[in-house]
Amino acid sequence: MSAVWNELWPYFVLILVGYLPNEIWRVLGLVLARGLDEDSEVVVWSRAVATAILAGVIAKLILFSTGALDTIPLSVRVAAAVCGFLAFLAWKRSVFVGVVAGELALLLGGFLFAS
Amino acid sequence: MAAPASLDSDSAAFFGGVKSAWTSAFFLVLAGTYIGIGALAHSFGVGAWWFALSTVLVWAAPAQVILISALGGGAPLLEVALAVTLSAIRLFPMVVALLPLLRGEGTRLRDLLLPTHFTSVSMWVESLRLLPAVPRERRIAYCNGLSVGYMSTAAGFGFIGYHLAAELPPLLAGALLFLTPMSFLMSTARNARLMVDRLALVVGLVLGTVLAAKQVQFDLMWTGFGGGTLVYIIHRLREAAA
Repeated sequence: MSAVWNELWPYFVLILVGYLPNEIWRVLGLVLARGLDEDSEVVVWSRAVATAILAGVIAKLILFSTGALDTIPLSVRVAAAVCGFLAFLAWKRSVFVGVVAGELALLLGGFLFAS
Repeated sequence: MAAPASLDSDSAAFFGGVKSAWTSAFFLVLAGTYIGIGALAHSFGVGAWWFALSTVLVWAAPAQVILISALGGGAPLLEVALAVTLSAIRLFPMVVALLPLLRGEGTRLRDLLLPTHFTSVSMWVESLRLLPAVPRERRIAYCNGLSVGYMSTAAGFGFIGYHLAAELPPLLAGALLFLTPMSFLMSTARNARLMVDRLALVVGLVLGTVLAAKQVQFDLMWTGFGGGTLVYIIHRLREAAA
């Protein structure tokens, strides 16, 4: 019994804290099919909250890295992110160019300054 | 790219949708994004099938990254659920805007359940662009095909990223892990057209760093709720002053 439970627990967690809290907004959209103005105050606030939380995750992934990324020095990771962002700004705000530039800078820096 | 010309049955419309998903620009975006998230899933120690199921069930890259990194980092379940739900609010207006395009004479609620679940940025942008050219009675099938095309792309490349992260030397595996924060940083910056959104990005980066460095409990919650609300208040004050 407990062995089965241990197997199933991660999937239970996925439903409970991944699927349901995410899906509820889609279902609300289906049920409350009335339009919601893109510029309404609630939407502006919720977008600010969602953007800030995602930015927090981005910062944590770059600065407090796990696994293989953690083997590349912090200074290289930060410098590569800055390089990528500057390339993105310089190149008509192209996400593709920004990501490629950041990756190349990371590989170069990681190769030169292996810790 | 226009919608395929012959959509004379639901299955033709479905496969037309799949085909346009696999030939659109979003194919590459999704492939790159999910290779990165797959590598992330591997580094946070979640199972490959668990990750694939999260792609099918959650089907929102930001929510999946929050879910994987927060769970893998040992955050309390309540915090994970709150962070995921805050990242998902944007899905609500997207569904509201999509459904009028899909509804026709005699459309039943249950016909709309799948398109509702499939709603995500890639599918939404392409649906709004392509659906007007599709006959109304074929739109749901077309939209489902489009979504299945995208979802299979994401799940497939997620597996590839997961296994690449396990096999590659550390520097290359690290580069894969770098894909997610880089692409999210840039796509968030590109979507932030208003000053309030740009400020939220900057405040989130700073606050997220500071709170994580100080090992504050519920750091993501405070970053989102606290930082987002602070930015919103600044935005209101600036508007009042203008």
